[in-house]
Amino acid sequence: MPHDHPDHAHDHDGMSPSGHPYRVDNDGPLTYWQQMEIAMRELLIEKGVTTAAAIQAQIEAMDARSPANGAAVVARAWVNPDFKARLLADAAEASREMGFDIGPLKLIAVENTDEVHNLIVCTLCSCYPRNLLGLPPDWYKTRAYRSRAVREPRAVLEEFGVNISKKTKIRVHDSTADMRYIVLPARPEGTESLDEAALAALVTRDSMIGTGVARPPE
Amino acid sequence: MADRVRIKAWAPPGHVRAPWYLRGKAGVIERELGAFGNPEQLAYGVAAARKPLFRVRFTMLELWGTAAESPDDTVDAEIYDHWLERLAPDAP
Amino acid sequence: MGGDAAGPVPMEGHDFALWEKRVDALMVLCSGAGLFTVDGLRRVLEDMGEDVFENHSYYERWVMAVNQNLIEAGVYSVEELAARMAEVAKRGESYGEAASG
Repeated sequence: MPHDHPDHAHDHDGMSPSGHPYRVDNDGPLTYWQQMEIAMRELLIEKGVTTAAAIQAQIEAMDARSPANGAAVVARAWVNPDFKARLLADAAEASREMGFDIGPLKLIAVENTDEVHNLIVCTLCSCYPRNLLGLPPDWYKTRAYRSRAVREPRAVLEEFGVNISKKTKIRVHDSTADMRYIVLPARPEGTESLDEAALAALVTRDSMIGTGVARPPE
Repeated sequence: MADRVRIKAWAPPGHVRAPWYLRGKAGVIERELGAFGNPEQLAYGVAAARKPLFRVRFTMLELWGTAAESPDDTVDAEIYDHWLERLAPDAP
Repeated sequence: MGGDAAGPVPMEGHDFALWEKRVDALMVLCSGAGLFTVDGLRRVLEDMGEDVFENHSYYERWVMAVNQNLIEAGVYSVEELAARMAEVAKRGESYGEAASG
């Protein structure tokens, strides 16, 4: 019986766009939750709420979003002070300016400086700027991260290998309402000669959440 | 001089967007964010009143006392107006 | 949950299975169609309680929450869902077989 593998259109040497191996769910035993998803999806299509094509398009749109989008925005802010000012004033508009289709996302960029290191969490659920950065990492959604980020951010950052000086304050943002946050990490030293694309390659996903810093140049 | 507020120590059942760890805690309004449909009503599929939303900043000292890693570190959270009690500038 | 004591942050990640991506897509499309709000999803997730959080994966919780919201919105009935789920289960042992009805 033929079965669809739309994800194979996005194979990168057998790995998904995120660089992880694909989960082999099409051959595992059917779970109750998968039954529910299939039934729900079919009923929605039959009742005209959506279509198979719209569902596939949404999956592809989400797959196309990744931290690379955020990295491009950060790199531009590093090289272009006017863009940086626009980013800090309205990060959603600045992202759209760069051509990213982020939908109705209310995005706020917060800047890391010598005085302040920002860390983003959603203690109530797992809100994340998905429409720019793609789906959040699993750890972001864990009880451990969500509980401890607001209580002992420095200890949490140590687990991520990030050590913030006592002279720098940590500012934790708990995304309790509709705003979503992206951290503008500090530009690494010794990068004056790098162009935007090279700079973007230094910007990690974790540096835009605050659990990391941008990589130093090679 | 930023407005000082305290998050009400309410404890209702149901869907609210004021985290438990902030209830009864004092902070300052960092900025007003505009008015939005009350999520506590939207969650139940009823028409939602628009409520002002504020970003409120709390020190780790206020939240965790002597257990705070670094007392001057802060937590910002977005809280709707109906959860805020306005404090006098010199209130404890 | 914020401020509770907890152990080290588990760092393992996993890539998303097709059924999970479909749940995510349906959440976006149905909330975009105005059938429910993100707030409604959150409320249902919260009402599931601690045990469900501990014992079910993220997208298992999400498929339950999206489904609950759709039922509350009157998009389909529990009876319709039940009949379809039973039919899906008969199609085969694997997700691939069951999804191709």
